[in-house]
Amino acid sequence: MLLKTLTQLNGTSGAEQEIRKILTEQLKPYVNSIHTDKIGNLIVHKNSLTVGPKVMIAAHMDEVALMITAITSEGFLKFKPVGGIDSRILVSKPVQINALLGVIGAKAIHLQKPKEREQALKIEQLYIDIGATAKEEAEKHVKIGDYAYFYTETEPLGEGYWKGKAFDDRVGCTLLTELLKKDYPLNLIGAFTVQEEVGLRGATIAAYHVQPDLAIILEGTVSAHMMEVEEGAWVTEPGKGPALSIMDRATLYQPKLLQQVIELAEKNGIPYQFRKGHSGGNDAGSIHLSREGIPTLAISVPCRYIHSTASVMAEADLQNALALVDAILKSIPNEFKF
Amino acid sequence: MNNAQQSSAKDFLKRLSENSGVSGYEESLTPLVQAEFHPLADAVYTDALGNIYAHKKGTIGRYKIMLAAHMDEIGLMVKGIEQSGFIRFTTVGGVDQRTLLSQEVIIHGRKPVLGVIGSIPPHLLSDNGEKAVKIDEMGIDVGLPYDKIREVIQVGDIITLRRQCIEMLNQLVAGKSFDDRAGVVVMKICLEELQKIQHAHDVIAVTTTQEELGYRGAITSSYTLNPDLGIAIDVTHALTPDTKGQVDVELGKGPAVAIGPNFHPLVYEELLKSAREWRVPYQIHPVPGRSGTDAWAIQVTQAGVPTGLVSIPLRYMHTTVETIDMRDIVHTGKLLAYFIAGLPEDLEGKICY
Repeated sequence: MLLKTLTQLNGTSGAEQEIRKILTEQLKPYVNSIHTDKIGNLIVHKNSLTVGPKVMIAAHMDEVALMITAITSEGFLKFKPVGGIDSRILVSKPVQINALLGVIGAKAIHLQKPKEREQALKIEQLYIDIGATAKEEAEKHVKIGDYAYFYTETEPLGEGYWKGKAFDDRVGCTLLTELLKKDYPLNLIGAFTVQEEVGLRGATIAAYHVQPDLAIILEGTVSAHMMEVEEGAWVTEPGKGPALSIMDRATLYQPKLLQQVIELAEKNGIPYQFRKGHSGGNDAGSIHLSREGIPTLAISVPCRYIHSTASVMAEADLQNALALVDAILKSIPNEFKF
Repeated sequence: MNNAQQSSAKDFLKRLSENSGVSGYEESLTPLVQAEFHPLADAVYTDALGNIYAHKKGTIGRYKIMLAAHMDEIGLMVKGIEQSGFIRFTTVGGVDQRTLLSQEVIIHGRKPVLGVIGSIPPHLLSDNGEKAVKIDEMGIDVGLPYDKIREVIQVGDIITLRRQCIEMLNQLVAGKSFDDRAGVVVMKICLEELQKIQHAHDVIAVTTTQEELGYRGAITSSYTLNPDLGIAIDVTHALTPDTKGQVDVELGKGPAVAIGPNFHPLVYEELLKSAREWRVPYQIHPVPGRSGTDAWAIQVTQAGVPTGLVSIPLRYMHTTVETIDMRDIVHTGKLLAYFIAGLPEDLEGKICY
């Protein structure tokens, strides 16, 4: 299962090589060309000889992770986050570093003062234990600058849900791979981008050299659909269909494009929802501002507990996102105008 | 060190750890423990509170030595089911709320149900994440609608954290509920060793229940046995970067032998003597009062029991990544066997004050 394969790979911002390798293997038989650009984006051309508008679909390969920043004299590893991680989710978890497993523990409850239990552990207080007895031993296995990843299996949860890490944005990579395996009479370019989590870096480069006429961003996005959160703050709700972005911190999406997507969804009976929240952003933020400006859409799969060791998403949202983008691509260039 | 013994000990520890048995709900562990002790003991039996006894007869059998290690783990319990499909929970035993976010759990309903304890996405944090999230504010996500949840889960169902053991450098392993299933593994190693060494006294290795809620299994099992000598085997905090000044015992330096009012001085002395004689590494573990282990209950059983405590060093106690050195487990089991084999035939005379 592609989603499982891709989410269980490790690749954070600037270290996406494993993802690139597997995507290349997956796509080779189906596409016209695959190449890696100067920043590491995997650029895939499908039917690139066709005349007409150039459509770029983008999904980012990188996930949030931890960078090893120091090794203590006792052989413990200090770290900083790559991308947005709430340090509270790190406590009492295993992590993978290179070929090793390690743990992020915490001072036992018995040894804490009652007040300590009310305070979140800060990232500076945490460290990874790999079982090394001294700095010299740890250095044989881990270098400063190496990355530690969440250690979580992707598996079904309840009825129709998946639990795992890195849904943001391997769910987008999964969708884009499935789309590139199909055939559309279009000049279609798939851009698997790098470094989204540290500031949409790869997408900036991809948009510049691809110069598309239309860009569609496929994302795993925030859902705060949780017990203690009021409905107004949910942003998205898993199971209610792909989320269409209207506005986020980085982009105002064109109403005339959105309107056409809504009409297509309704015509084809595909459920959808709006991404109701103005925080966060995605590769659209840099792509829509590329060169003279690019008409841009963002379609996302809602993920609860995004950027954590165990996110939750609905399989139906993945399938409906695929159906929606498929409907858009089929209606270009005659019906869908941009 | 015998590698086969250590690797079979690790295998037993993993099976115990990945199984579930919150205090009062230990019965799922019973078949596993019984099967493991059966070949090593003359009789294996259980009692009303679920304690499991493995009785190995000595050559003389006039005195009874009780070993005790608890098999229960801390856990969670279903407190309510929200219409929105999230499950509210409370704790059983000393659970640190800061260790729960983004954990995977198993809810033991009519059938086991996988769940995730949710966490607020960092994009939406309003308080910069400075406060610990309270248990009351957490919900378990099982990916099921309310009606479906009601078919399999009800208030009062027990919840365990889900963690597969992992192996680290230097024969360290990490996982959940090593407190105190590592102690159960120690008792198995002790009985294995006693197959090879002659011992005068009967040994009853008791896998106890409900320790995390006040050594309740130890209270009844020690009453039942009324042993002549009792040794509790538990885990103790091992030094980590954030416990300097609070903790002195270290991982990999051998069993920690406790000294203090909870322990008979002669038991302590004899344990040290055995360790020195058989070249088993050990550490001294001063406990000025309540030990917080089964030893606390055993000592005041019936007319009183001379008691000792041997502890396995462990990092990050009561988290799902409790970290332990397999060599410490094997050393602890061996030390107990040598200690038992070395006890004089006239035990009563020896332990009189």
